[in-house]
Amino acid sequence: MGAALSELRELAAEIEVHSFDVVVIGAGGAGLRAAIEATAMGASTAVVCKSLLGKAHTVMAEGGIAAAMGNVYAEDDWKVHFRDTMRGGKMMANWRMAQLHAQEAPERVWELEEWGAAFDRTGDGRISQRDFGGHRYARLAHVGDSTGLEMIRTLQHRLAQSDAQVFMEHTVISLLTDADRISGVLSYSRSDGRFVLLEAKAVVLATGGIGKAYRVTSASWEYTGDGHALALRAGAELADMEFVQFHPTGMVWPPSVRGILVTEGVRGDGGTLRNSDGRRFMFDYIPPYFAEETAQSEAEADAWYEDKRANRRPPDLLPRDEVARAINSEIKAGRGSPHGGVYLDIASRRSAEYIMKRLPSMYRQFKELADVDITTDAMEVGPTCHYIMGGVRVDPETGASSLAGLFAAGEVSNGLHGANRLGGNSLGDLLVFGRRAGAGAAAYASGAGQSGRISASEVSELCADALAPLTSEGGENPYQLQGELADLMQSNVGIVRRSDELAHAIERLEDLEERSYQAHAPGGRKFNPGWHAALELRSMIVVSRCIATCAVARTESRGGHTRDDYPSADQALGRINFLLRWAGPKTGPSTGGSLELTTAAVEEMPEELAQLFVQGQGS
Amino acid sequence: MRSADTGTQTVRLRIWRGDSQAGRFVEYSVPFNDGEVVLDVVHRVQATLAPDLAVRWNCKAGKCGSCSAEIDGRPRLMCMTRMSLFDRDSPLTIAPLKTFPAERDLVTDVGFNYAVAGRVPPLAPRQTEPGEHHRIWDADIERVQEFHRCIECFLCQDVCHVLRDHESNKNKFVGPRHLVRLAELEMHPIDTADRRATARHDLGISYCNITRCCTEVCPAGIAITDNAIIPMKERVADRFFDPLRLLAAKLRSRPDSGPAK
Repeated sequence: MGAALSELRELAAEIEVHSFDVVVIGAGGAGLRAAIEATAMGASTAVVCKSLLGKAHTVMAEGGIAAAMGNVYAEDDWKVHFRDTMRGGKMMANWRMAQLHAQEAPERVWELEEWGAAFDRTGDGRISQRDFGGHRYARLAHVGDSTGLEMIRTLQHRLAQSDAQVFMEHTVISLLTDADRISGVLSYSRSDGRFVLLEAKAVVLATGGIGKAYRVTSASWEYTGDGHALALRAGAELADMEFVQFHPTGMVWPPSVRGILVTEGVRGDGGTLRNSDGRRFMFDYIPPYFAEETAQSEAEADAWYEDKRANRRPPDLLPRDEVARAINSEIKAGRGSPHGGVYLDIASRRSAEYIMKRLPSMYRQFKELADVDITTDAMEVGPTCHYIMGGVRVDPETGASSLAGLFAAGEVSNGLHGANRLGGNSLGDLLVFGRRAGAGAAAYASGAGQSGRISASEVSELCADALAPLTSEGGENPYQLQGELADLMQSNVGIVRRSDELAHAIERLEDLEERSYQAHAPGGRKFNPGWHAALELRSMIVVSRCIATCAVARTESRGGHTRDDYPSADQALGRINFLLRWAGPKTGPSTGGSLELTTAAVEEMPEELAQLFVQGQGS
Repeated sequence: MRSADTGTQTVRLRIWRGDSQAGRFVEYSVPFNDGEVVLDVVHRVQATLAPDLAVRWNCKAGKCGSCSAEIDGRPRLMCMTRMSLFDRDSPLTIAPLKTFPAERDLVTDVGFNYAVAGRVPPLAPRQTEPGEHHRIWDADIERVQEFHRCIECFLCQDVCHVLRDHESNKNKFVGPRHLVRLAELEMHPIDTADRRATARHDLGISYCNITRCCTEVCPAGIAITDNAIIPMKERVADRFFDPLRLLAAKLRSRPDSGPAK
């Protein structure tokens, strides 16, 4: 422990100080898997998370984990999965990440089984695999429609067997650096408002996404882009921030549940989309890019569920970006359902018994929240903000960011999913790259020598800055500011974008940022949600600016970025990633020029992998 | 209360405000709309009347088990409790879980549950040949999948009178949630461990006297008492109280079988 820390203790007696090799921020699938790996490698490890253990966003994941185990279709292997991932991501994914993911996901799933996960089975006793959009074969290992719950509980119990220390209900407010490398993490306890300083040789970001920046979202309150903002402000590079996934099927009614996810498994298990005329409209939206591998008739689509070798995939199971855009168009054309969605019908296509077995939580969710029985009636669904493909740019092998000692895994990182993520690839991502980032951080920490210095004055300044909302005079209500932000992003940086709306959003975001730093939260430091909301708002606005800035730059439509004014894909732009760096002040509101936008060429894959994409390789 | 011309309704809420030292019910009146749940109106109170009102929540879809509270005296998830359930003019009472120490407002310190979780020995999977994977039949895994539906909302812990009425029992009895965990491991098709002694001595399974309150409040619909606790009690009884085993043990005078010393 360096001299800086003892100095700190004197200067700020009220700050609790700990020291670790590795600090993992976030306790979803990626964070837990990273912490398990770091402790297994002998690193002293802490996990810092905003909620109680086991409540992170992963718990809401439904459909399954994409892994080419070949249990249902022996023809499936990592090459097919790799190809599906790259094509689903419109060839923008980092090829090496897509390869590692496809190769390692099966081992990670079997490992979960050894740790107690109770996957659904095939008739011959192996792990069952379900169909999902964009996947050539039935590939998702699953537990009914609550695979995320199974995953998080399994990892939670596994972590409990290690000596990792968990700081539950702690929010990280800043990453601390010493001469361009990580030296620690400053957090506060949500429960009592104490500041907690964690000296760290390495930090793994596993903070998930940004969904709360949108009005209609499948995200919980935690999804405020903290990790993206922390990394950016500490000096790391973000990439592809314009790519935001709108899941095609969120609930639309009643208003209070608008956005809550309806698993793609409904379509994977036979459900189909219909408009108000009863037409299976997805047949009208098959893009040339996927035409060769998509069924052209209802008969072929229905036969595919029984025999995937002789038939092609239904258009309902095109990648999510395609389906979400199609639903959006149907609603705009006036062919939507009464509450502004379209119909998702499994009731007329599968038996009640089958639906109850495969989709029990969907049944409950609709029955209890919307008075709809999905075994007898169609659901109403519409697009909901679900996932950000953009994030911290990382090294595929280790998850290392461009800032020494900072690693990232899961949704907060970038690379695996390119312009659009396939369903089921997120849970695989958490396991494969969570493990790799944990290992990368532990290895880095063991070779890092002494921890970096922590500046006492910087910590004091950060603490004062965090406390400001409690005492600021006459500031606005943080909940109202959050609502304003969500409406702004929803209407101007949403599923379909235009240059004038993006320009308007950027202007308004600057104003919102100024006001967010004036926000006032009455009350004290003990479990004060108004105060928490005021601080999270800062991250949300920074991330929103990143999304809007990259969205302006990408003058084409591709994956999770659709431009009304540039409706087609641009080959040249398809070979470019947009990168962002921070050039503004370390704390406080940013200035106009504080986001530096640059480009990098998408990395070319080696010849033997490129061969997989040559015409005639089958679909 | 429904306003005839606008269709919006108003609800009166009595929400417990306070901390570990002291607290009281404070009344709020907010509008609500068709289809809303209790968590929606609590959030409305927070956004408009009491920005510092402490409440835990995450998924708002019954999957994470964060927003547990006692609504009109009954332990429920606020996100899955429709306002339409309460059609009347008297105020709706929302209180924190009584079994756990108050932290602030509707937030309680549920640390007990995390602390005792480690008393249940983890899965001890049987070995497979290298390159082989477990073959498990649907019927065998379905039995434990019921227990895996647990979202750790701790409503069963809250309602369990062994924990609720006698603070000192928390040293001896882990509560229904952890007996479900015990059952899921004991019945897991690939598990090889024997946790019967642990169940009796460390988990306090005999404290449960099968009032089934836990099963009644479980939002995941787990038959906690019938499918988890009773079978585990039977296994423990087989191990420790089977008269034939007791006799055999006595005859052989083997100290390692029969009732623990």
